[in-house]
Amino acid sequence: MKKIALIIKREYFIRVKKKSFLLTTIGVPLFIIGFYAIIIAISLDESGGSDKNKIAVIDEAQLFDGKIENTNPNIVFSIIKNETESNYLKKYQTAGFDAFLFIPNDSISKNKSIYNLHSITSMNLPLMSSIEETINEAIKRKTLIANGINPEAFKKMIHPVELENTVDTETGEKKSFAGVAYGVSFACGILIYMMMLIYGTQVMRGVSEEKTNRIAEVMVSSVKPFQMMMGKIIGIGAVGLTQFAVWICLMFIIQMAIPLVFPDLMHQVNNSTTSSSENMSMVSNVLQGLSSLHLGKILFSFLFYFLGGYLTYASIFAAIGSVVSEDQQEAQQLVFPVMMPIILGFVIMTKAVNEPNSSLAVFGSIFPLTSPIVMMGRIAYDIPNWQIAVSMLCLICSFLFFTWIAGKIYRTGILLYGKKPSWKEMIKWAVKKS
Amino acid sequence: MDFLALHHLKKYFADQKAVDDISFNISSGSIFGLLGPNGAGKTTLIRMITGIFFPDHGHIDFNGQRFNPMVDSAKIGYMPEERGLYKKMKIGEQALYLAQLKGMSKSDAMESVKKWFVKFEMESWWNKKVEDLSKGMSQKLQFVITVLHNPQLIILDEPFSGLDPVNANLIKEEIFALAKNGATIIFSTHRMEQVEEICDHIVLVNKGKKILDGTVHQVKQDFKENIYKLGANVIAEQLMTGLFEVVKYEPNQLLLKLPEYTTTNEVLNYFINHQVKINSFNEVLPSLNDIFIKIVEDTTATRKFESIH
Repeated sequence: MKKIALIIKREYFIRVKKKSFLLTTIGVPLFIIGFYAIIIAISLDESGGSDKNKIAVIDEAQLFDGKIENTNPNIVFSIIKNETESNYLKKYQTAGFDAFLFIPNDSISKNKSIYNLHSITSMNLPLMSSIEETINEAIKRKTLIANGINPEAFKKMIHPVELENTVDTETGEKKSFAGVAYGVSFACGILIYMMMLIYGTQVMRGVSEEKTNRIAEVMVSSVKPFQMMMGKIIGIGAVGLTQFAVWICLMFIIQMAIPLVFPDLMHQVNNSTTSSSENMSMVSNVLQGLSSLHLGKILFSFLFYFLGGYLTYASIFAAIGSVVSEDQQEAQQLVFPVMMPIILGFVIMTKAVNEPNSSLAVFGSIFPLTSPIVMMGRIAYDIPNWQIAVSMLCLICSFLFFTWIAGKIYRTGILLYGKKPSWKEMIKWAVKKS
Repeated sequence: MDFLALHHLKKYFADQKAVDDISFNISSGSIFGLLGPNGAGKTTLIRMITGIFFPDHGHIDFNGQRFNPMVDSAKIGYMPEERGLYKKMKIGEQALYLAQLKGMSKSDAMESVKKWFVKFEMESWWNKKVEDLSKGMSQKLQFVITVLHNPQLIILDEPFSGLDPVNANLIKEEIFALAKNGATIIFSTHRMEQVEEICDHIVLVNKGKKILDGTVHQVKQDFKENIYKLGANVIAEQLMTGLFEVVKYEPNQLLLKLPEYTTTNEVLNYFINHQVKINSFNEVLPSLNDIFIKIVEDTTATRKFESIH
């Protein structure tokens, strides 16, 4: 045990002390968050950031009845009277307008659908669609009045509905937040998938490096090959857990720090939530949704499935690393069949987040080679506890089984140089009694 | 007293009898030569002695008791033929790590590493990485790592390859000193002149079987061909005798092969009676190199793959 601890320590510290570990653990998330922060800051900064666009309108059709209902703060409409299109086309720039919209006389009667906006520079898309919206609203209003319907009454009639889902459980009914569950599931599934691949291949590379460096022979004269393998796997797994821990800490720190660094930002978010009911309902929905999830359960499952999946695959990757020599192509050939269930798991997971209770999703979340990824895709939804229990049990069994088999292949492979053994030979090693 | 006793060791691989019923004893504090051509089964034999492989059959007694790899591996230092170290790890840390894996406490390991680094003038290497070392330097480091934990049994596979004469001598002296302090040393090599110089006892294996076992002196006696070197000016007519056979004739030196019934005194008498002035007369023993080549050539040197089952 003392020797395994020594090996774990070495494998752990040699990786954690590397500059690249610091870079990926702290740098990458900071970079991503910083990137999003800039995007959010820019997009929230609507009023101050961009200039107001002054638009001149010649309304021959009296579409707007002399008054334009404008919802976009970036646009200022001015209705120009007693001018013709061809005349004003030369003047609007000198009059200080950015663009000029002409609505011809016959636009309503002919159901005209294309209007022309003249501008000095090309107009951006959100601005265009905002103007389109304004015109559409005006046309709708005119048409309603023409058909004898009061536009105000009509507005009250068409009220958009929102669908909420209530799940009836034994403990009572509660709201389900499919969107939030979807997001959390997908994120967890992808994270597990990535971590398993990244750390699994790290184990493989570490083992094949030991073999080609010939340190393996020195090592096995003092420790058992199985201790060597487990030490490496646990050490690298600990690196992964450290990375998670750092990320979680970073998340908390950033949550605390954002209001301090960007007080305006939070202010604006608060403003927008109070001013627009739609925004508020979304934010509160997400918050409610998050609190409705069993975060503790998700975190626990995440750790469990990460460890279970990682340990299962890492031992297989270690066995592969032990049989290949320098030739990376050989490794690729052997890795391919191992990658297939991982990729399959990923594909099932993308389905499972949409249909968490389909039979494919249930199978995928119990079958141990795909369960770490697929189960994380389902865990945020309410799924029967027995499925989780069976899935975890299967994963533990498969971890023990694969570690046992891989240990046998590793023991023989690590000291064998020359040609790559065939699958048949490896199976022979695996079933051979020690 | 025998430090190590191998009893009928067998290890068969899928298509080869790597070690096929080998037994021998190694006495405590001796320097033992394990010889054999490439692919004779030496490495497999060594791997069984170090506990890396379990023998299919037979057993090993280590220091008077049944060999238990879990316990005894800490008392063995093994320097494999293919050197192996972590290239990217700092040398000092690496030596500490490997010594601790052999069961030393951190402080003991530190003390021992420092002692050896000073002895081999390697102190300045501490923070260097193995990839920065030349071949000879990493060879020295590998030797130090092998003996760091004061092993009772030291197994050295080609320890001098890649070393210049100065460093080779340094390590040779160290090997003698270790043996003098009671360590038993197994020395595996193809360089017969080193074996003659260093080893007390040798075993020659070929094709998985032991074909020679004895002290260097004894083996040479066993393989001597009664050849004597005579330093004298002899004219050809004086060699017309049935007493001996001339193997090689040079103006002032002769190599004579004596048949079994002829004694050296008779030969000397013969030359004295012929008024030949004798400068020197001595027996020529075969070198281990000659013996090695003779034995190995008798059996087919290259192993053929065979089916075991």
